[in-house]
Amino acid sequence: QTGSISGLVTDETNEPVIGASIFVNGTTIATSTDLNGNYVLSSVPTGNQTLTIRYIGYLNQERQVSVSGDITVNIQLEEDDLLLDEVVVVGYGTQKKSDLTGSIASVSTDDFQQGAITTPEQLISGKIAGVAITSNSGAPGSGSTIRIRGGASLNASNDPLIVIDGVPVSNSTISGSANPLNLINPNDIENFTVLKDASATAIYGSRASNGVILITTKKGKVGATKIDFSSQFSIATPYKQADVLSADQLRDYVNTHGNDTYKSLLGTANTDWQKEIFQNAASTDNNLSISGSLKDYLPYRVSVGYLNQDGILKTGSLDRMTAAVNLSPSLLNNHLKVNLNVKGTYSKNRFANQGAIGAAVSFDPTQPVYSGNDNYGGYFEWLDPDPTSSTGIKQLAPRNPLGLLEQRNDRSTVQRSIGNIQLDYSLPFLPDLHANLNLGYDISKGEGTIVVPESAAASYRRFQDDNQNFYSGINNQYKQTQQNQLLEFYLNYGKDLDFWNSRLDVVGGYAYQAFSTTNYNYGDYSIDGQLRPGSTPLYEFDKPENRLVSFYGRANYSINNRYLLTATVRTDGSSRFSKENRWATFPSAAFAWRIIDEPFMMDTKVVSDLKLRIGYGITGQQEGIGNYDYISYYNLSTGSAQYQFGDEFYNMYRPGGYYYNRKWEQTATSNIGIDYGFLNNRITGSVDLYYKKTSDLLNEIGQSAGTNFSNKIVANVGTMENKGIEFGLNAQAIQRDNFNWDIGFNMTYNKNEITKLTIEDNPTSPGNKYAGISGGTGQTVQIFSVNYPRSTFYVYQQVYGDDGLPLDGIFVDRNEDGVINENDLYHYQNSDPKLYFGLSSNVNYKKWTAGFSLRASYDNYIYNNVFSNTGIERNILNPLVYLNNGSTDVLNSHISGNINGDRTLLSDYYIQNGSFIRMDNINIGYNFGKVLKNAGDLSIGFNVQNAFVITNYKGVDPELGNGIDNNLYPRPRTYVLGLNLSF
Amino acid sequence: CTDKLDLLPTNDVTADIVYSTPEGYKQALAKVYGAYALTGNTGPAGNKDIQGSIDEGNFTDFLRTYWYAQELSTDEAVLGWSDPGLPDFHNMNWSPTNPALTGLYYRSLFQITLANDFLRQATDAKISEHGITGSDADAIKAYRSEVRFLRAFQYWVLIDLYGTPAFVTENDVLGANLPQQIQRADLFTYIESELKAIETELLDPRTNEYGRADKAAAWALLARLYLNAEVYTGTAKYSEAITYSKKVIDAGYSLSSDYRHLFLADNHKNKNEFILTINYDGTRSQSYGGTSFITHAAVGGSMPAQSFGISGGWGGIRTTENLPKLFPDYSGTADKRAQFYQDGQNIEIKDISLFTDGFGVTKFRNVTQAGVAGSSLDFADIDFPLFRLPEMYLIYAEATLRGGAGGDKATAIAYINKMRERAYTNTSGNVSDINLDFILDERARELYWEGFRRTDLIRYKRFVENSYLWPWKGGSKNGQEVASYRTLFPIPSDDLTANPNLKQNTGYN
Repeated sequence: QTGSISGLVTDETNEPVIGASIFVNGTTIATSTDLNGNYVLSSVPTGNQTLTIRYIGYLNQERQVSVSGDITVNIQLEEDDLLLDEVVVVGYGTQKKSDLTGSIASVSTDDFQQGAITTPEQLISGKIAGVAITSNSGAPGSGSTIRIRGGASLNASNDPLIVIDGVPVSNSTISGSANPLNLINPNDIENFTVLKDASATAIYGSRASNGVILITTKKGKVGATKIDFSSQFSIATPYKQADVLSADQLRDYVNTHGNDTYKSLLGTANTDWQKEIFQNAASTDNNLSISGSLKDYLPYRVSVGYLNQDGILKTGSLDRMTAAVNLSPSLLNNHLKVNLNVKGTYSKNRFANQGAIGAAVSFDPTQPVYSGNDNYGGYFEWLDPDPTSSTGIKQLAPRNPLGLLEQRNDRSTVQRSIGNIQLDYSLPFLPDLHANLNLGYDISKGEGTIVVPESAAASYRRFQDDNQNFYSGINNQYKQTQQNQLLEFYLNYGKDLDFWNSRLDVVGGYAYQAFSTTNYNYGDYSIDGQLRPGSTPLYEFDKPENRLVSFYGRANYSINNRYLLTATVRTDGSSRFSKENRWATFPSAAFAWRIIDEPFMMDTKVVSDLKLRIGYGITGQQEGIGNYDYISYYNLSTGSAQYQFGDEFYNMYRPGGYYYNRKWEQTATSNIGIDYGFLNNRITGSVDLYYKKTSDLLNEIGQSAGTNFSNKIVANVGTMENKGIEFGLNAQAIQRDNFNWDIGFNMTYNKNEITKLTIEDNPTSPGNKYAGISGGTGQTVQIFSVNYPRSTFYVYQQVYGDDGLPLDGIFVDRNEDGVINENDLYHYQNSDPKLYFGLSSNVNYKKWTAGFSLRASYDNYIYNNVFSNTGIERNILNPLVYLNNGSTDVLNSHISGNINGDRTLLSDYYIQNGSFIRMDNINIGYNFGKVLKNAGDLSIGFNVQNAFVITNYKGVDPELGNGIDNNLYPRPRTYVLGLNLSF
Repeated sequence: CTDKLDLLPTNDVTADIVYSTPEGYKQALAKVYGAYALTGNTGPAGNKDIQGSIDEGNFTDFLRTYWYAQELSTDEAVLGWSDPGLPDFHNMNWSPTNPALTGLYYRSLFQITLANDFLRQATDAKISEHGITGSDADAIKAYRSEVRFLRAFQYWVLIDLYGTPAFVTENDVLGANLPQQIQRADLFTYIESELKAIETELLDPRTNEYGRADKAAAWALLARLYLNAEVYTGTAKYSEAITYSKKVIDAGYSLSSDYRHLFLADNHKNKNEFILTINYDGTRSQSYGGTSFITHAAVGGSMPAQSFGISGGWGGIRTTENLPKLFPDYSGTADKRAQFYQDGQNIEIKDISLFTDGFGVTKFRNVTQAGVAGSSLDFADIDFPLFRLPEMYLIYAEATLRGGAGGDKATAIAYINKMRERAYTNTSGNVSDINLDFILDERARELYWEGFRRTDLIRYKRFVENSYLWPWKGGSKNGQEVASYRTLFPIPSDDLTANPNLKQNTGYN
């Protein structure tokens, strides 16, 4: 006996739901709703049955029914709070998350890193698998190195494309600013979306090889006016410093190892130079925003922010004022949607002289800070015993670290405005067709001055005029402007089709973007305004430009909401290439299968979401190369590089190196991924496997001598691979009325390998060395080699004695030719982590919240340049006859640096494992609820940022963008007290 | 819309613009010359000619790297720094990736490439195409011969140090094909034929602007080439060496009165003795190489910087005991050419890394004859003579002793005594007889630290052999012989990688 069940499925607004799946549990009977939301299940056995209704973005429902004959069951679905149906910003449009076919991750305000965040990318540090964000230093406003899936290039850029509200922004730093992104106030940001695989990024074609980060800023909403005020006060403390000899240890060392000359140089003071240059630094960050709408049709949001941050390195500071306006009205009966963004930043910086950090590590702690006399501003300096010396200062000796800071006044003012207006018009007679116009600009101006007083040792008597008069100090200026423009136009057509319950969505467009920078040139002046001879600039300014013209298209086709197809294509033309190679086309295709919506999945209780994604695409790259050098241009030499014939001096015309055949670097990416959900989506996440192969690598290769005006040129030679696995998981461990616990975890494995580097294979050539280090002019410690990862170290193999200590200057003759020379260098480890992780947790209990987020890195190796450069006898007892301080490693290693010193600097002894776990943030907050006579909501929070690092690494900080530890500006530990008040 | 993609640089220009005026030709000529004086187009550094991770100041300057190769590999100099590859010179264990040898090779071929470009742009057809006529056109034709001289000079550097370099001339279309490797004997023939071809076209001796090549420069290079012909080709050419050294000697040059004025900030006053110089200027021609390097690197220990016209020394180069021991006394009391700094310096070298081991050398000082410091305390004004008259005397004498025709020993002795009379300021140092060993020693006394020593020791078969040792030769304290293939430096790995036509010199594979 059977019956049938029919009915209507509606959403929370009583609109019919099309394509919802309905199963009879324990049977194979299933169907989905039609265009009117109706369904019919026939041949259902009579009796008590359980129906399961599923629809993306809505909670699964189970309904007990008693079947006898034909019955009607109408169902209203409830929206899923988990926002599975969240709309995700993609290139040129938005998509439902469930419809995505590419590898895309999105992080919104709720999940941002907390604490005193001054630069936007730090908001998502550690939050997304496959995205490594390493802050460049602890300096105020300093930027980060962002690597998505390891980066795709060698000598071209490895930075992702960043798009703010639809405007791709220049990632080049403006003079006077530490970082281009820090001119955006993080508090104005609503969402980050990271496009990782080619099927997601290929719509950005030529600039997408390193991934794309889409930043969406906050907008107003129709509804009541909302005022938000937040204020943060934070104290940054330098919590770790380089481990160097104390004054007493240095005295012991010199008395043991030095001769009388060196002993006589010892002082009696006990100065901790690192303590002298670092300080506890306070910051405040205040933000006010008002959002709402004028009438019903003009949503707005206006915000202002003021950040005042001092650096832990004395004298450095950042003062930043930001303002942002967003208007998003809908006009003409909702046919015209306008989105207007204008953001402005005015920032004033004072840059501390970071040379002081290395100087403080090396400066003799037995000497006092102040000399007791007025020379050189009163600071102790190493003096030249030669009474005839022009400056009286010991040349090449380090300068007083505190003097370096306090006697240098490097101030800049930077202004930037980014804005765009986006008009989206749906045609009245064809509402499925949208025309979208986006006009954007990004202009900035940075200018500054560097002033060093006459007395400062660092620039004392630094040049002479023709009459042999000396001039001291610095009074210089610099200035740069950038003007970038964007014009984009696309058409979007979406249509539900009558067959197969399918839908087609098509986008086609055109883009023009122009980047222009103006660098102003100035002479070099002493503090009293004397021009240094030969420093008059030849040209008032230089104005490098480049432009991109693009055509792009995308089609999304879905069948039954289960089978999703995406195809994109973009054709780009760049001014950086010759006419023959100017244009390139970047295609991609992807397929996704919503397995969970298949009938055979209807019985699963444990699995609540399951989607398979497969994609392939080709993306390009043109950053990091010259704007014009596809032909040779002649460059006129400066006033200090003239050549003399007779009594005349001539500026010299030099033909530049060129590479006519240069073309786009291309990266082919294959991606296979699974999105999953368990236990009614209390556990969700995704797993992705990818394989990226970059060909026509923009690679600096040697030119055969005599064939070009440059011996090295960036050419399209070589191939490189990145293979990886990404795993992400979000879990709602506890979900109760007053108690919630959320956990997020992600893990990334990436393996990079260079597979070809040269046109002709040459087994005798190890590859291209790079990564300069301190301690030896022209020494490099890393190498690009075929069959090795990009960041491989290239070093000598240290020989150790029976006591386990390195034998001074003794290395393994690896090629057994009886000679130790460059041919004995070998590939040893690399600076990229094998694995990296992010873990965050957040607990809400009644009005309390508490959370943490941490990151970990496994098997990232570091060249400890502080050990190698300072932890040797030759540094402490300097041959130029002054004393330096050094790393305490010298007490363990007993390396002198005098025997085979050039090789010792490249010993694998200094390659050290930098695996670490860093607690980025621990926070606790309390929500007071309604305050001020119920007018506002108040919450306060307390954060500790960079709370601790667990590592075996002996240097100051194992987290380094480039794997070389050379006196990084230390990342402080920061205590943050914040309050939020909203009305 | 796509023509928006055609962009031009703001300040840099194309060849058509550079070579449209006589001034442009001269500024291009300045670069062909300037390529052996400076490291790039911004002084002292920052816009370098030789690219890559190679350090601009240390490893891409012509004179600095040439000096490393010619002096650090011999008894005349040791260097205490631990910069990569530099200790290898004295240890005589350099490899094909040695950065100084790489930089020097590319520097030489860079100047050659510039010369080829200039010659392509300065054909008669091109000159008239640009509407340049009359004396302007004649001047450019004169530049052409000088540029060919500079190219021949750099090929001489390459034949002497590397033997078998890549070979390109103005007839090779730039970038069209990979250059072929030239064998040493063929390169000898090429250099000889080039110099003979321009011998008549160059301006007469001492009539060109200071710093530019004339006939005497070509003769001087031919004399030097012929003196070493047996090393380069296996066939001796001592008669030709005599002929060409004599041409220079008879061209009107004379010795300056004071040897100690030859390497000072105002040494351009020695135009009577200098045949061709690399010109340096402390404010207008700045680099970290050239005579700035020699002056700064030689000052360390207790040497007073101010008396060297510099703000401070770099504490690097000294000499082994072999050089001072060639002189009757270390302090130059008798022979003024002995310019050593002994105060606090040990003559014996126990530790090469210690500046105070080994005598300092005070030959190069950035002060004028009047004792006034040069125009900058950081960059020297001292010009560097590539050719000066005494070398021609010495070539004449040596070639005569080696059996060349056309010379006679009495004249040779007279030439030698001219040098010695200047050195001793009287005739007390005069000699009445000379032999080949004496000439080698006299070359060291007269020309030390001027970049000759390696070539001389090879010609005398004392560079790699056990018959002549110096402290730390081959990395051993008392010195030791090294493999004979080290009389040539290796072709740099970088060029072997870029150009499969090249084969490595024997011994370095």
